[in-house]
Amino acid sequence: MNEESVNTGRRNFLIGATTAVGSAGVVGLAVPFVGSWNPSAKALAAGAPVKVDISKLSVGEILGPIPAWRDKPIFVVKRSDAMLEQLNSMNDRLADPESQREQQPGYAQNGTRSIKPDVLVLVGLCTHLSCSPKFRPAIQPEVFDEEWIGGFFCPCHGSKFDLAGRVYAGVPAPSNLEVPPHFYESDSVIVIGEDEGTA
Amino acid sequence: MSGLQQSFKNVMGWVDARLPVTETYEKHLSKYYAPKNFNFWYFFGVLSVVVLVNQLLTGIWLTMSYVPSAEGAFASVEYIMRDVEYGWMLRYMHSTGASAFFLVVYLHMFRGLAYGSYQKPRELIWILGMLIYVALMAEGFFGYLLPWGNMSFWAGQVIVSLAGAIPVVGEALATWVRGDFNISGITLNRFFALHVVLIPLVLIVLVFLHILALHEVGSNNPDGVDIKKNLDEDGKPLDSIPFHPNYTIGHDLPAIVGFLFLFCIVMFYYPDGGGYLIEHPNYEPANPLKTPDLIAPVWYYTPFYSMLRAATFPLFGLDAKFWGLVVMAGAIALPVVLPWLDKSPVKSIRYKGWGSKIFLTVFVVSFFILGYLGVQHPTPMRTLVAQVCTAIYFGYFLLMPWYTSVEKTKPVPERVTMP
Repeated sequence: MNEESVNTGRRNFLIGATTAVGSAGVVGLAVPFVGSWNPSAKALAAGAPVKVDISKLSVGEILGPIPAWRDKPIFVVKRSDAMLEQLNSMNDRLADPESQREQQPGYAQNGTRSIKPDVLVLVGLCTHLSCSPKFRPAIQPEVFDEEWIGGFFCPCHGSKFDLAGRVYAGVPAPSNLEVPPHFYESDSVIVIGEDEGTA
Repeated sequence: MSGLQQSFKNVMGWVDARLPVTETYEKHLSKYYAPKNFNFWYFFGVLSVVVLVNQLLTGIWLTMSYVPSAEGAFASVEYIMRDVEYGWMLRYMHSTGASAFFLVVYLHMFRGLAYGSYQKPRELIWILGMLIYVALMAEGFFGYLLPWGNMSFWAGQVIVSLAGAIPVVGEALATWVRGDFNISGITLNRFFALHVVLIPLVLIVLVFLHILALHEVGSNNPDGVDIKKNLDEDGKPLDSIPFHPNYTIGHDLPAIVGFLFLFCIVMFYYPDGGGYLIEHPNYEPANPLKTPDLIAPVWYYTPFYSMLRAATFPLFGLDAKFWGLVVMAGAIALPVVLPWLDKSPVKSIRYKGWGSKIFLTVFVVSFFILGYLGVQHPTPMRTLVAQVCTAIYFGYFLLMPWYTSVEKTKPVPERVTMP
C-alpha cells in the first residue's frame, strides 16, 4: 500500500470511533470503583435511627453527647420556662433567627426549633469544622460573652449558639446547628434519624 | 587488562546490548554535568530522596504489625511501640521522617524561588515538583488518621468536612469520601489503602519524572547562569563537574551524614517534638464524642490552616467556610503557574532588583507567621494578622508580573561565581 492510497477520512472515522467506544468503556469501568466508596450496606444499617428515652431528663438539663446517631453526638435538651422566655429576646444578635436555611426538618422550623416547645434535639457538631460544642445553659456573663443568655459554645473556634441551636452573627460557624429528623414514638421516647411515618 | 576485568566487560557488553545500563549510568550520574557552584541550598533535593526511601522502608515494616481497623488500629500502634522489637524505632523513624520530609521539601522549594529554578526551560520540573508537594500533603493527611488517636480522628473530621463547604454537592461528597456518615473504621481502611499503596506509587512516579525532566535540561545554579553557553572542546560545560563522583561523594554524602545526625537527635530524644511532631491528644484513642480543646494540624500544614481560618466573612452569597476552602486551595495551587508570573530577565535573586528581594523576604516571613498562628487559638487580633499575611502570600505571586518587570536588575556574569 502506498502513501496516496491512505484513506484519511476512513482512518479518522476509525480513530474517532475507537476513542468514543474506549472512553465509554473507561466511564463504565469507573462506576464500580467510584461506587465502592459509597457507604456500604453495613454502614447504612449502622446509621439506622436510634431511640432515646427522655423520661429521666430533668428540666434545664442535657442528654448528650450519648446517645449518638451515625456516630455523631446528639444533644437532647429539656428547656425550662425561663429559658424559653429568654430564647427570642436577642434575635438581632443571631445570623438566622427565623431558621430560613435548611438546617432542620419543616416541623422544627419554628421559634423554638422543636416539635415540643421545651424539648430540643440537635446534632452536636459545630457547623464550622465539626467540633462538638459545649452546653452552657446558665444565664450569666461568660468569658466569651458578657450578655450570655444560655446556649452552646464551641471551644475550637469560638462559635456561639443559643438554646435553640441558632448561630450568633459574626462567629466562624455559618449556620444553625442541625436538627436531625426525629419524632415522638411515645411521650418519653424520641426516634432520631427519621421523620414520622417514613419507616 | 586482567581476566576479571575482561569478563566484567563481557558481561556488561551483553547486558548493555539488551538493557541500557551503562548508558543510563553515564547519562544520569557519571556524565551528568552539574554546575560547579552549588551551595548549601542544593542539599535538599538529594535529602528528599533519602527521606523518601526512609519513609518507604519504615512504612513497609510498620504495615507488618499495624492493623487497619477502628477496633485494632490504636492498640496495634501501642503494640508496635511496646512489644515489637525495634517497633518504637521504626515508628519514630517514620513519624520523624514525615516532618523531615516537609522540612527538606520546603527548603528545596525556597531554593527554587530564590534562584529562579522554575524559569524557562525548567517549568515542567517546577510543576512536577508542585504535584509532588500536593501528593505529599495528601500522603501526610491520609497517614495521620491511621494511628486512630483522638487528634487523628478530629483532624480527619475537620478536613473531610471541608468538602461539605462546597455548595450543593458538598455534603454528599464528604459522605462519599468517608464511606460513612461520620469518620469511621471504613474511612480508616480506605485511607490506609491510599496511604500505603496509591499515593506512594504516585509519588514515586512523580519523583522519577521530576528527576528525568531535570536531567533533560540540566540543573540551574545560584547565579542562574546558563552553563551550556560555555562549552569545552568535548562539548561539556566549562563551569560543570560530573554529578558522580564529584557531587555524590564530595557534596551530598557529607550533607546526608550531617542531616542523619540531626535526624537521629530528634528521633531518639524528641520524637514527639514537644507535641508538634506527634500531638498529645493522639495518645488517647479516637473518640467521636469528645473534641480536643484545640484542633491544630501538624506544623507543616499550619500556614494553610491559618489561611483557611482567615476567611471570616461571607461573599457573593457564599459562606465564609466555602471561601476558606477556596483560599486554602488557591494558596496551594497558585505556585503551579509561577514560571509564567516571573517576568524578570534574570533568574537568581542575586541579580534581581529590590522589588523581588523585598517581596521574597516578606513572603517568607508571613509564611512563618501563618505557620505560627495555625497552632494558636484564634483571637480577633490573630485573625487580622493572618488575613494580612494571607494577602502578602497571594501578593507575592499575583504582583510578581508587575514587580519583576519594573525593577532594575543587575547584570548577570558570563560565568558562574564560586562561593
